[in-house]
Parts: sequence; structure tokens; C-alpha cells
Amino acid sequence: MSGPLVQQAPAGRRPPDPAGARRPTDLGTRRRRRLPFSPWHLVLAPTAAVMLLPLVWVVITSIQRPTDALQFPPVLVPHTFHWQNYPDAWRAAPFGDWFVNSAVVASAAVLGNLTVGALAGYAFARIRFLGRGALFIVLLATLMVPQQLLIIPTFIIVRLLGLVDTLPALALPNLVTPFSIFLFRQFFRTLPVDLEDAARIDGASRLKVLTRIVAPLSTPVLATVAVITFLWSWNDFLWPLIVISTDSHMTLQLGLSSFQGAHSTQWTLLMAGTVMTQVPVLALFFLCQRWFVQSVVLSGLK
Amino acid sequence: MSVRGRREHLAGWSFVTPAVILIAVFGLVPVGWSLVLSIQHNDLLTPPSWVGLANYRALTHDPVFRSAVWHTVVYTGLFVPVSIVAALAVAVALNRRIRLIRLYRTAVFVPVVFSTVATAITFNWLLEPDYGLVNYGLERLGLPAQGFFRDPNQALLAIVAMTIWGWLGFDVIIYLAALQAVPRELLEAAAIDGAGRLTILRRIVVPLLGPATLFLVVWSTINALQLFDEVYVATRGGPLHATTVIVYYLFDQAFRLFNGGYAAAIAYSLFVAILALTGIQLWIGSRRVHYGSS
Repeated sequence: MSGPLVQQAPAGRRPPDPAGARRPTDLGTRRRRRLPFSPWHLVLAPTAAVMLLPLVWVVITSIQRPTDALQFPPVLVPHTFHWQNYPDAWRAAPFGDWFVNSAVVASAAVLGNLTVGALAGYAFARIRFLGRGALFIVLLATLMVPQQLLIIPTFIIVRLLGLVDTLPALALPNLVTPFSIFLFRQFFRTLPVDLEDAARIDGASRLKVLTRIVAPLSTPVLATVAVITFLWSWNDFLWPLIVISTDSHMTLQLGLSSFQGAHSTQWTLLMAGTVMTQVPVLALFFLCQRWFVQSVVLSGLK
Repeated sequence: MSVRGRREHLAGWSFVTPAVILIAVFGLVPVGWSLVLSIQHNDLLTPPSWVGLANYRALTHDPVFRSAVWHTVVYTGLFVPVSIVAALAVAVALNRRIRLIRLYRTAVFVPVVFSTVATAITFNWLLEPDYGLVNYGLERLGLPAQGFFRDPNQALLAIVAMTIWGWLGFDVIIYLAALQAVPRELLEAAAIDGAGRLTILRRIVVPLLGPATLFLVVWSTINALQLFDEVYVATRGGPLHATTVIVYYLFDQAFRLFNGGYAAAIAYSLFVAILALTGIQLWIGSRRVHYGSS
């Protein structure tokens, strides 16, 4: 579960100190003798508080009575827990539909990137086929293209396909990204080739080698691609904003934005809606923090 | 060609074909199509007409576009250095084994998974001029209440602060990973030679973090130039266009005013600017950043 954010070298591996020698390099321990705790807490606790405060305030507002939110000075500690904001928000907009839409679109994107992306990544890593080098250079070039350059023609393409305002319009452009292919290729190239060669000599097809031998060894890259794709798809806003107009076809983020438009001063309702839309991904984050962090190190999210 | 070789080509192409089709349709064709659009008058509905470079010429005279460029430059110029320096400081503070360190790290990272839309709504509430928590805090400190997103002079700064909150954790994780790769012996040797903490940080740690810093500078700049979500949700480019950045203007032109050709010209200009800027940064980086042999 939630391991440390970034693995540190185990403390036990340090060489033992010579008797009585002070360790002048243990930055931060020198002053520890005067304080009952590390002085770094004096820096880190306020930083953590500043980072968490917005989130805490969202949660507090979401359980305040609507009238309490419109007072100055603000009611810092709610008198009562007004949970009613949650069912009220849920009824005020189709959050259920939005959740399902987001889940469907994100699942499609994750599945697409894991299958289509792995197939292509494997071919680029292992199979010598005509045009591989040129194709890979084109792929790297598309990595550089920003989303904004693509959206207007993509909108026209989606309209030609008759898919405007549908879920397939959200899923199709993200079914595979050059970045996923690139990650798969880089990872597959680090695997020892002997096992695969042995299986090939025994008559296994390329596809069988990929699914039976390579895939079981590839948990790290599969998890990374899944996390990156999921977060990207789940939090994407610009593309849904362009292509979706019907309320019940929206994703959670687009829905939340339209919910804000409709209830811009009903802060308690708005905060309850914000919490509802963010809880799924936050829960997922706490369940597999290690993979999230690893994916961030490997890439860029958002 | 041998049977074996032909089978390899066949296998290779059958593996890449699904990806090639998808990326061609949604990643490659649009690049060329955008270029075509940018030399058209195209309202995305009626048949287009060819206008040559008129869209690009019009851009140079468009006062809203010029101010959008200026806002984007200001935003990027503030966001990139401030977020990276802050991230370095936080990462150095987090790079130790003390109690609660996991809690601190999680606190810094959680905003990264919070969506951009949720971030903007949250800060709209925090920075609400009449009932917001931040103005209450200012009042308690004896300072005057501020308009934040409602004040044309502050709105862009508020966006900078909000996006730094949302992104800091990302940069911190990158720096933490890099810090933990700094060889311990090097720090100990410097300390034995009498170097102070700040000297060690400045002369040894920061240079060793060069590759991470270069990555973050390039990455943050690309993202800052493409700012959209937070602006759309928090301010809709206002007040008085004060937060209209390039991509917001592009969106406005393409999908609200249906000037598809003009918007494509904006998109291409941005693309070229990003490529140029990234190239310059990597070039400077290649001369100043040293990749350690360890």
C-alpha cells in the first residue's frame, strides 16, 4: 500500500561509525540537541498545512449549512454536519451519468493503450520489419505536437464520423498515444532476449511470446502506462469541453465545470460536488501511491 | 527475400498497424490539416476559402491576441522559475528521514491528482472577495481585502499562485528522485573539507540536479504556454481579458466565434514558439548541464 513516496536507501547500509566520531555530514541533526524534534518540522509542517488547507476547506464547506457559507467572518468550525449537501448536489445534476461516462472513457483509453500500445512497442523493440526506423522517427515527432494543434481538425474528423457529442468521440483520439508506445518500447528493450529466443525456437508465435513470456515480466511498464493514461483521461477537460454538449454525455470534470456554471454562488453545493468528483481518483491514489509516484517520475501528468 | 524475413515484416506490420492507423488519423493528419486550415477562411460549417497568409498577418494586428501573448509570457515567466525554485526548496526539506515525513510528502503531492477543474473551483471559493477564507486571513493580519480573480490587476497573479499549488508536487517528486541519487560520499567529503551547508547545496547538489532542472524547465514551460483549464474555469479569460492567454483565445476563436482558420493560425504560431523555445532551452542546457558519469 502507501509506501514512502520515493524509496530511500535503507539506513542499515551505512558503514558503522567509528566509536565516538561525530557525523558532521548529517545535515539537520546538529541542532537536534536543542529541540526535542528535528528543526525541519518547523519548515515542513507549515508547508504541508498550506498544501492541505485548500482541500480541508473544500471538505468543511461541503458539510456546512448553505447560510453558513455566506457569512463573514467565515464559520471555521461547522456547528452541525450538514451532510444534506451531498444528496442535494447529486440530485441537482447527473453526477451518476458523469461518473459512468468518465469510467467508460478512461477504461477504454487504458485498455487501448495497454493492448495497441504494447503491440506496437513490442514490434519497435524486437521485430526487424521494413520501415521500422522511419516509422519510429515519425512517432517521436508526434510526441512533440501539443494538443491544441490537433483539436480543430480532430473535431472536424469526429464530425465527419458522425460522433460529435458521443462517448466514442471522447475515447477514440486517446486509444493509443505515442508516449505509451515509447514507454513500452524502452521497457521491452531492457528485457533479456534469450527467453524469447528459446520460445521462438520451440515454435511459439510472436504474439504468444508477447502475451505468455514478455507480458508477465512487464508489470512496471503496464502499471505506469495504465496510471498515466487513466489520470490523463480522467482529468482531461479541453477535449470533452469541445466535443460534448449534452448534459448526460459529459465526463466528471466537464460536468463539474457546468455544475459550477449553474450554481456559481451555492458554495456548499459546489464543494459537495467537487468532493464527489475528486474522491474516486484520490482513493485510487492512496491505494496505489507507489505506482502513481513512479509514473510521475517516468513522465509528466496532467 | 527469405520466408523468415518476410514473416518478420508481416509480424512487425501487423503489430504496429492498429497504432499506426490511430496515430495517423488523430495525431498526424491533424498536424497537416491545421496548416491547411490556417491559410483558409473556415467557419467549420460553410465551404472554406483560401486566404494565404492573411490569418497570420491579421494576428500581428490583433490587440486581443497581442495581449494574450503578453499574458502568456508573464504567466510563464512567473510560473516556471517560482515553481521550480519552490519545488527545489521543498524537495531538499523533504529529503530526510524524520517522523511524519510520509505525511508531508503526501500532502505536497495530493494536489497533483486533484483535477484542474476542481483546483480552479476550489480557488474560486478560497479567493472569493466577500466570503473567502484568504480575505478573512488577510483581515486578521490587518491587511485590506483583495479582489483576486475579480481584479484585473491581480487575476493573472492569482492564476499563477493557484497553478503552482496544483503543480508543485510534480516538480518535488522529480527533484526528490534526483536528490536521492546524489552520492552520499560526495557530500561527506565536502563537509570534511569544511564546506558549509549552503555551499554544499549551491556548489554540489544544485549542479548535480542539472538534468532534473533542465527537464522541469522544459516541461513547465511547455505546460505554462498551454495553460487553459484553470483559466477557463476560474475566470473565463476575464476580468477585462486580464487572464486571456493564448490557448484560451484559440478556444474562443475556434469554438465560440467559429473562426477555424484564424484559430489554426494561432495554434501553429504557438506550436512554432514552443518548438523554438524548447530548442533554445535544450541548447543552453546542453552547454551548462553536466550529466554525471556515475
